[in-house]
Amino acid sequence: MSEQASITESKPPESKPWIDDTQQPFIRIRNITKKFGEFIAVNNVSLDIYRGELFCLLGGSGCGKSTLLRMLSGFETPTSGAIEIDGQDMAGLAPHARPTNMMFQSYALFPHMSVEKNIAYGLHRDGLKRKEVNQRVSEILTLVQLSDFAKRKPSQLSGGQRQRVALARALVKKPKVLLLDEPLAALDKKLREETQFELVNIQETLGVTFIVVTHDQEEAMTLSTRIGVMNAGEIVQIGEPREIYEYPGSRFVADFIGSVNVFEGQVTEEDTDFVIIRSPEIKADIFVSHGVSCTSNQKVAYAIRPEKIRMSLERPKGVKNLLSGTVEEIAYMGNLSVYQVKLATGKIVRVTQPNLVRTDQNSITWEDEVSLTWDGAAGVVLTS
Amino acid sequence: MSGQAKLSEKLPEKSIGRLPFAAPLGGALARLGLGPRALVIAIPTVWLLVFFLIPFVVVAKISLSEVAIARPPYLPLWEWQDGILSLSLNFGNYLFLASDPLYYSAFLESLTIAGFSTLFALLIGYPMAYMIARAPGGMRNILLMLVILPFWSSFLLRVYAWIGILKTNGVINHALMSIGLIDEPIVMMQTDFAVYVGIVYTYLPFMILPLYANLVKLDETLLEAASDLGAGSFTTFLTVTLPLSLPGIFAGSLLVFIPAVGEFVIPALLGGPDTLMIGKVLWNEFFSNRDWPVASAVAIAMLFVLVIPVMLLQKAQQSDGGHS
Ligand SMILES: Nc1ncnc2c1ncn2[C@@H]1O[C@H](COP(=O)(O)OP(=O)(O)OP(=O)(O)O)[C@@H](O)[C@H]1O
Ligand SMILES: [Mg+2]
Repeated sequence: MSEQASITESKPPESKPWIDDTQQPFIRIRNITKKFGEFIAVNNVSLDIYRGELFCLLGGSGCGKSTLLRMLSGFETPTSGAIEIDGQDMAGLAPHARPTNMMFQSYALFPHMSVEKNIAYGLHRDGLKRKEVNQRVSEILTLVQLSDFAKRKPSQLSGGQRQRVALARALVKKPKVLLLDEPLAALDKKLREETQFELVNIQETLGVTFIVVTHDQEEAMTLSTRIGVMNAGEIVQIGEPREIYEYPGSRFVADFIGSVNVFEGQVTEEDTDFVIIRSPEIKADIFVSHGVSCTSNQKVAYAIRPEKIRMSLERPKGVKNLLSGTVEEIAYMGNLSVYQVKLATGKIVRVTQPNLVRTDQNSITWEDEVSLTWDGAAGVVLTS
Repeated sequence: MSGQAKLSEKLPEKSIGRLPFAAPLGGALARLGLGPRALVIAIPTVWLLVFFLIPFVVVAKISLSEVAIARPPYLPLWEWQDGILSLSLNFGNYLFLASDPLYYSAFLESLTIAGFSTLFALLIGYPMAYMIARAPGGMRNILLMLVILPFWSSFLLRVYAWIGILKTNGVINHALMSIGLIDEPIVMMQTDFAVYVGIVYTYLPFMILPLYANLVKLDETLLEAASDLGAGSFTTFLTVTLPLSLPGIFAGSLLVFIPAVGEFVIPALLGGPDTLMIGKVLWNEFFSNRDWPVASAVAIAMLFVLVIPVMLLQKAQQSDGGHS
């Protein structure tokens, strides 16, 4: 599944301010820590986010994503550290004085107001003239395709429509930064996928900087320019979706994003352009066709994605990374099938294969003896 | 209890687990086309019928009869004479109410006193309910207990206690004179002021509890959303908290207003001779004048004065909001 999600094409290099040293970050988060009593919810997080980005904070439940977002919007005060948005220090600013708007996970629509009034609420607070308010409300209603629903109460809308009202209400104020806490969590899968693209479109049309919190890695892959992976209050890796998926920096990230096979081992040979890892788990040597910053005899883990492994009934000749085992389990997923192959050592290896034809004739089936092989550059050596 | 035990002893082993009473009763009801659902609706219906509708009809009947020196002190509404049913409805009691300004002004004063008492109770009760709803968990229960605490002592005793506080040589005057703020005691007893104090004090919990129940449900993210969209705390209160608590305000106000209109004990004990509330008038008609028909007419008229606006209000509330 995640293989599919990661296909979202990377943007052209000129729109990647994070690799351009001359660009100033739009949001600077410096060593932010938040403690609830003794409990550290967010631990020394530093993060730069650039203008026009769609940045995803990704992490498991309770890792501090919402807390970080709430510190940006002003609902929580950091225990230490500083937040700067567009050159302005946010310390001591109340939520209503910040250039941010929040889209709440529960949407937090005012139940006693119509869609129209909900959206106009923030504009009235800014003291705008009635005429301008009406115009902007109808503009944004057109953008989120809710013009026909202006007079309805939130209770008379579907989940997806409510979600769009919440988005419109936050966007209509033209904030510098829009913070979205699990914006799509309440939607069913199909609607969620459609809405993801809508969200990206709207973001690109308006050019507002988005920070999206999610615990859904596919969603993060689809939406974001960059992802910040969080674990236990810390940011463990920041990168573009492809980078995070293909070059996870730690075992946690490799495990969290998509599925992965991890082989424990020890470096036996180490050179500038190749490394060999001996892994007793699979009773084989793993050949890595590039240099890795490690020392000989160091204990490492080798992570390889299931779709990067080739599987065949005949034993290929003259290849470096070769394992053999029996097929134990097959899960048909529609676009691909997931195989669990048991090695002689008892280790289970996951392999996915695209379903190129519609029948299952001549394909590999239960109890088949298969050979597994992969390129020297297909996996990642993890030292932490 | 013992009857039940005996019965189940006699029943064969198997049916004991199946509630020996409910089964035949349920079967009988089912034969009448009444399932468990109907039973659930039937209980409150029967209750209302027995304790509300029947007394209402009785009072309405008396209000249409004529006073007489008899026992009971009114003439029957219908009579069988020589096989002919003669029905005599007497609307004179209602005409009498309309013609005598005493009743009119008593109604008006009752409504005024009840209205202002409700307003005061709301003004005092709302902030209290709000604070209790916002208090941390453990504290909240203690505060709620304190609100309910007065119910543990007798209502009459508590009203009497107010006499001790308000009277000319009572607690308040004593305290004010001893610190030299006043030289002459202030007359508080037997004034409308004392009646207001008594009513607001007595019915305040009925205002606080429904308001609390409403405010505690208020989704705090709505307040955060308002703040995020640029509203200060006062604007947030006016535009979000207050409109969403209207059902609580409505319920609380009814619970204070309705019994306050018919209140008898408080004006009788704390009010003066010129505090003319409808409850007192009613009492006089019943017990001093022994004019049951007029007293009943007063009661029925009061019911309509109260019920019709309430029903209209409720209807208005239902049609304007699909939420609650
Ligand atoms: N007000 C609070 N008081 C005490 N602890 C809190 C408070 N708010 C959050 N926490 C704790 O801080 C941690 C992080 O919470 P947070 O809401 O940021 O998680 P999250 O990453 O958003 O998780 P989820 O995906 O489940 O929403 C949790 O362990 C939570 O219990
Ligand atoms: Mg959260």
